[in-house]
Amino acid sequence: MTVLDVQSVTKVYGEGAATVHALRGVSLRVQRGEYMAIMGSSGSGKSTLMNILGCLDIPSAGRYLLDGVDVSRLNDRQLALVRNRRIGFVFQSFNLIPRTSALANVELPLAYAGVKAAERRRRARVALDMVGLADRADHEPNQLSGGQQQRVAVARALVTEPALVLADEPTGNLDSRSTEDILGIFDDLHAAGRTILLITHEEDVAARASRLIRLFDGQIASDVQQERVLHEPV
Amino acid sequence: MNLFEVLRFAVRGIGANKLRSGLTMLGILIGVAAVILLVAVGNGSAREVAERIEALGTRTLTVQGVGGGSALTRQVAEALDDPVLAPDVTSVSPVASTQATLTYEGTDHSVQQFVGSYPSYFGASNSPVGSGSAFTDDDLKQGRRVVVIGRTVAEELFPGADPIGMEITVSGALFTVVGVLDEKSSASGFMDANDVAIAPLTAVQQALTGYGPFNSIIVEAASSEKVADAQSQVSLILSQRIETAAGSTSQPYRIQNASQLLETQTETADTFTTLLGAVAGISLLVGGIGITNIMLVTVTERTREIGIRKALGAPRRVILTQFLAEATMLSLLGGGLGVAAALIGSNFTIVGVKPVIVPSSIALALCVSVAIGLFFGSVPANRAAGLRPIDALRYE
Repeated sequence: MTVLDVQSVTKVYGEGAATVHALRGVSLRVQRGEYMAIMGSSGSGKSTLMNILGCLDIPSAGRYLLDGVDVSRLNDRQLALVRNRRIGFVFQSFNLIPRTSALANVELPLAYAGVKAAERRRRARVALDMVGLADRADHEPNQLSGGQQQRVAVARALVTEPALVLADEPTGNLDSRSTEDILGIFDDLHAAGRTILLITHEEDVAARASRLIRLFDGQIASDVQQERVLHEPV
Repeated sequence: MNLFEVLRFAVRGIGANKLRSGLTMLGILIGVAAVILLVAVGNGSAREVAERIEALGTRTLTVQGVGGGSALTRQVAEALDDPVLAPDVTSVSPVASTQATLTYEGTDHSVQQFVGSYPSYFGASNSPVGSGSAFTDDDLKQGRRVVVIGRTVAEELFPGADPIGMEITVSGALFTVVGVLDEKSSASGFMDANDVAIAPLTAVQQALTGYGPFNSIIVEAASSEKVADAQSQVSLILSQRIETAAGSTSQPYRIQNASQLLETQTETADTFTTLLGAVAGISLLVGGIGITNIMLVTVTERTREIGIRKALGAPRRVILTQFLAEATMLSLLGGGLGVAAALIGSNFTIVGVKPVIVPSSIALALCVSVAIGLFFGSVPANRAAGLRPIDALRYE
């Protein structure tokens, strides 16, 4: 079943002489349960693509169907609902809310979804437990290491049980050990049948995915299914 | 996402920067407290004036000579006491008053008003005798040097002693104290109503002022309803008796009654209150601008946070409500504390005036502070809510 259907999407920034074509017609279909990595040099448009897929940005032209629904037809409120229910976003720079406990950060999407406080707390604890941070629930982001912060962010992305997890260079700011933690979680998610899209610079991170897309200059240069290279636990 | 959740976010937002929130609230606090307190001071002074005028007696008319004229003679005063022409006048008390220094056994006290009048003055001027007795018509006829002193004078000259029967020297003349006036409630403001001495007119004229024209004549009407009638009767008699000097357009006397005086003074006090309120209102407005400023800074500073919240699925309405709630809470809290500060402040005497809180000023100041929060908060809140998530996330 097709989760994402991107049809010749373009994205243009700026006007006149300063025009930048970030995407020059990208078409892509992603099936449920796929684990896809997107690679490309900086400026190749991979972050722009990710932002459009995450409904944070709108394409200049082309169609983007999420679960068969044309996103461009949705109004502000419906878009908020889509971001909240269908998509879990993990950012390179974690993007946790400062001065707010890990638990409250994880609860946030549930709060916007209108889940009751007790239920919310329970689900947030389960999500934190899944990323192995149950004992850090009351810590604020500045009391956590980078790897821990990213695990909180992943827990936050998972807590609404979205069909699609988008990760924009989730391991870009992390050391190898934390990278391994995060990728381990993604492996588990993939095993549980979630659709995962991941942007990365690193070949060995991309090697964990079942499908690899290389972007070059705003266009898809290659799109291959690959054998997943699973990291052997040491 | 119910309202309670949004309010919790707002409280957390305020709590995140306590110093800044505190200072912003202080601006509103000062504004609200200033409005309530200054209006209370204006109101208090208006009340005081009204009380003082009521203490003069609402049944009395005061005929005053204007421009140092010699209009108010003994003949005029006697003419006013006419049961045929002025049936509504019950008593006429000519007043000769002067400033005098009272001395008792080496203690000096300078009294603002040393009044010479008739025994009827005590009733007409609403100054009942507390201890001892007033002087009598006989004292007046004989020109006996007896005096009834006010409470302040008694305390100054005879601390802890009974002044009745004592002899005091008034600018060289000996007077015997026969009574002490009751304390007057309106004793505050610029003049101390208890700082008086009242003696028979004849004695005062003989010893102190001489037999010139009177300073004023106090006319007592039969009742407060008859004041207007009495006033027209008095003015008729006066117009017959006193000739306006050739070439002068104004009369050499003026008739005032307490209610007229009350009206004029109330108008003055109202103007005063409005002025004070306006000045305080400006400070409230400045406080409101402070809220806008701080909310703009907050929105700018938290642009990324807004982006994150939107990426997590916060609808525009929730972001708008959160920031509006923050601004309104700041102003409401500041306003509430301002009301508390004003209520505490109103217990103290401010520039000689005991403030009297006007309840509607509390409601008004609170409403205005909330309105300020909503109005001045809406600009930054709208900015926050209108941000596209990607722009907000990219903001550095």
